[in-house]
Parts: sequence; structure tokens; C-alpha cells
Amino acid sequence: MAGRINETIGGRLRKVLKSLSRAVSGGYAYCRYSLPVRLKRWSKAVFVAALRMGRIIETLCGRLVKVLKSFGRAGSRGYPYYRHPLPVRIMHWSNVLFLAILLMSGLNILSAHPALNWGKSSYRGVPPVMEIRGRENDRGEISGVTRILGHDFPTTGFLGASRGPDGALTIREFPSWLTIPGDLWLAMARQWHFFFAWLLVVNGVAFVTYSAVSRHLRHDLVPTRQDWRSLGRTIVDHMRFRHPTGEAVKHYNVLQKLAYLGVIFFLLPLMILMGLGMSPALDALHPGWIDIFFGRQSVRTIHFVVALSLVLFVMVHVFEVIVTGFWNNFRSMITGYYRVESEADHE
Amino acid sequence: MSNDDKLTRRGLMARLLAGVSLSVLGGCDRLTGTSWFPRVLGLGEKATHKAQRLVVPRKAMAQEFLAIDLSPQFRSNGTSIPDNPTYRALAADGFAGYRLEVGGLVERPLTLSLAEIRKLPSRTQTTRHDCVEGWSAIGEWKGARLSALLEAVHLKPNARYIVFLCADPMEEDGTSPYYESIDLEDAFHPQTILAYELNGTPLPIENGAPLRLRLERQLGYKMAKYVMRLEIVEDFSRIAGGKGGYWEDQGYEWYAGI
Repeated sequence: MAGRINETIGGRLRKVLKSLSRAVSGGYAYCRYSLPVRLKRWSKAVFVAALRMGRIIETLCGRLVKVLKSFGRAGSRGYPYYRHPLPVRIMHWSNVLFLAILLMSGLNILSAHPALNWGKSSYRGVPPVMEIRGRENDRGEISGVTRILGHDFPTTGFLGASRGPDGALTIREFPSWLTIPGDLWLAMARQWHFFFAWLLVVNGVAFVTYSAVSRHLRHDLVPTRQDWRSLGRTIVDHMRFRHPTGEAVKHYNVLQKLAYLGVIFFLLPLMILMGLGMSPALDALHPGWIDIFFGRQSVRTIHFVVALSLVLFVMVHVFEVIVTGFWNNFRSMITGYYRVESEADHE
Repeated sequence: MSNDDKLTRRGLMARLLAGVSLSVLGGCDRLTGTSWFPRVLGLGEKATHKAQRLVVPRKAMAQEFLAIDLSPQFRSNGTSIPDNPTYRALAADGFAGYRLEVGGLVERPLTLSLAEIRKLPSRTQTTRHDCVEGWSAIGEWKGARLSALLEAVHLKPNARYIVFLCADPMEEDGTSPYYESIDLEDAFHPQTILAYELNGTPLPIENGAPLRLRLERQLGYKMAKYVMRLEIVEDFSRIAGGKGGYWEDQGYEWYAGI
């Protein structure tokens, strides 16, 4: 019985192997499409693609022109809509100030040891993930090099070497205009950093409490079922710089909601947690808890990566603010009022 | 409302925006230079100190590591060999003549040789050293429990801080010796030791021979190297710069828990 089963299995295996070997070595090539047909089809495909690209570029340019035009005629039509209540406006601008100071004092702190490592310690016989270095060669020429994952990038003028307030190129991890204090001064940078870290935490707790109590969170930030359904369309709209007009501007779109929720409930808490994780005192709360994040030096690296992510968020945020009508958006975050262009007015 | 009016308002906003960003960029240094602003910033340090003492239990232990986590070479920072003739003479003799003095607010002042310190109850711990600059290194330390030493000298009731006076001068002219201070809560913590061994060998000079403090729940600059004398005090405001440590006198936090 067992022998027969083995035989059948063996036979099948042989058949499969035979057909495989035929596919690889045997058989012959059959010309399915002649050369003229192939040429015709390819040229058509390329032509159509070029046409589409042209149209996309045209629409993008048109949109950009519209955006630029909108700079000159903000608030001339439509009606004012109260979009941002006072507490949200105050907390928004406090956050702008606090995060700017935290970033700049943080870069001053990072300058004291301008290398990021992965793992529990910095000295494991493994090179850093990222390292900023300034060098001076025999001829007295100064240059900055940033090494990321073993690759050197020339970063003279920004990282490693940059022009100070006197205009002379000097060896410095980060340019002086990007650090608080302007001079490398670890003790003072730490004072700034921790003081404003406390304010950021207070502001964050206030915001989350306010948003929960006032239902700002549920009404304005949590995506609705409809939002989720519009996700794909919203992504396409964003890529084409097509933005909601008319009544739709009274609500955040789904990408906006997700971005804000991501920053408020993921990036900022992670940032604070990684900051606390670098504290030798808090590490003792539950010895080894920072190993969840692969150890203290990884925690320090994540703290920096999250900072970069926040910078990226701010860049996209400011970009969207500009392309969707800078003055209208900016004013609404100061006075609270956003001018809604009624559909009839819209071109 | 006329068009001009709006333009002015917009101009005002632009000026406001420019003003805010400029004041963030340039004004910070001016604020740093005032006498009052750093004091305001100092409130953050006080809040951190209070909050961490509140949250972290007194006897919470710092993380300890395994032999595989040890740094191949334990980084030396700050002084690598004290520029002090008395110290150099002691080092040349293998610290045979070294005596640790314990004085101040104690009932029984003590002078201990290295051999006597080695006879005190000891502790061996593999811990991570976190420098204020940002780097960490892991080493295995063996040393006398500070609590045992303090019990032997009997603290007076008004004793509040342990001051560590060191052999390494921080100025080139040989003045301004390194010093540090810790409170009794940290002094009696089980992981607070006066280390005489690193990675199973006598403490190297660049890491603070013959004796250095290990204070595992704070940053590296608190862990004084080349300790010569312990002074138990009620208040450190009249020692050196009055801030309780060499780096504290340069503006660093006395409580270095973060």
C-alpha cells in the first residue's frame, strides 16, 4: 500500500519535472506580433501618455495661476464663517511658538554629540546611524559632511559647516540661525528645551481636554463614515491641487483630519515619550521599559526622527495653507473668521 | 470698508508675522542674556525635579544589563588625568597612600585607605552611563555602598547633602577642583556606590581612579571622579560657585534626572 502511494507520488513528480524542463529548454519561440505592429502600438502608447502628461501639467499650471491670483483677492466675496474658536486659536499659536523653540533648542542639544546611534548604548562597536562632522583640510578649507547609514553627503553651508553671524564659514553642527541659543551652549539650550517641553505638555493636555469636552474632537476631527468613503477621491484631489470650495470648506477633509489626529495622538505623544525615555531617572520607573524602543540610544534617534516628521508635517501644512488661500486661512486662525465663497460666486 | 483699509490690515498682519519670526530667531538670544529670563526657564528644572521625585519611587532601581551589552571600551570624558601633583604622586604609588576623608556633619569622622574601602559592603552592577551630551556607555562597576559608609560615620540630624570633593582641577592654573553634591535620598539608594573597579579590573585613571561615584539614576556629570573627600553638609551655597557642583556652577541642573 505504502509502496504504491510512493510510486504514484514519484510518477507525478517526474511528470512535473519533465514539463518544467520542457518549458525551460524545449519548445520554440513564436512571433506573436510582427515588428510593424509592435512599433505602431508602442508609439501610440507613448503618444497617449505624453498627451495625458501635457494635460495634467496644464491643469496644474492653471491651478497654480489661480492660487497665485487668490493672493490678491482674499475676502472680497462670500460671507464670514466662524471656524476656529478662541481656545483653539490660542493653543495653535502657542504650539507654533513652543515647537519652534523646542526644535531649535533641541538642535543645539544634539550639537553636543552630533551622532545618532541605535541600541542601548553608543559604544557597541557599531557605527552611528547618522553623524554630522565638520572638517578643515591642509589648505584651511572648511567643509561639512553628514554620514547617513554609512553614506557620506556633502552638507557644507548647512550641516557640519555653515556661515555664522559674521558671514565666515565655520565648523558647526547646525547653522546658528537654526539653534537656540545661537551659540553652542548645552546648559542654556537644555534650560530652554525643558521649560518649553513642560509648556508643550500643558498645552497638549489643555487641547485634548478642551477638544473632548467641547466635542471639537468628535465633530471636527474624527473622520465620519462619509469621510472614509471619500478617502481615495480626496487623495487624488490633493495631488491635483484641487481643493474644496463653497460650503465644503466649513469642514476638514479626511486627509486633514487624519494628519491632525496623527500629529496630536501619535507624533507628539511619541515625541514626549521618547524625551522622557532618555531620562535615567524615569528609566528606573520600570527598568528596561525603553528596551521596547530598542534601548536609550534608539530612543534618542526616534526622538530626532519624530522631530523631522513634525517638520515635514509643518511644511505640508503651511504649503496647504498657502495653496488654499493664504490670507483667508491665516486670518481665520487669528480672528476665527473664514470667508466662505458662495457657490454662485465661484467661477 | 475701503480697499485701502484691508491692505493696511494685511500689511499689519505681514508685519506681525515677520515680527514674530524675527523675535523668535533673534530675540531668544537677547532673552537668554537678561538676568530674569534664565530664572524663569529655571522653573522648568524645578518642575522636573519635583515631578520626577514624585513619580519615581525612592528605591526604584536603574536598569541593569548583561555582559553582552558592555561597551568594548568605556568612554572617558572630562578629565583623563588630573593635573595635580599630589594626585600624580598617589597614582605613581598605585594609590597605596590614598586616604578617603569623610567629614562635616558626622559624629565619627573617618579616614579610609583603599584596602579599608574594599572591605566595606560592596555591590557589583552593570549599568548604563548617560552623558549630558547625549551618548551612553555600559560598564560593570564594583564599589562600596555609600549607605554603608554613611552609616559608619553616623550623620548628624541636620545633614542634608553629601559633597564630593575631587582631585582634578578644572582650570589650567590648577584651581577650581571638580566637586559634586547629592541629597540623602540618592546617597542611601542601593545602587549608589563608590566604585573602585570597572569591568573586573581596578578603576583606570581616565575613568576616575581610585574612587568615583556611581549615581545610576542621574546623568554622568553627577558621578564625580577622583573623589578625595566627602563633606556632609546642611547647605552647599557657600561651596565654590554655590550651585552644588562644578558643572552646576556653569549653568547645568543640580538635579540631573533627565
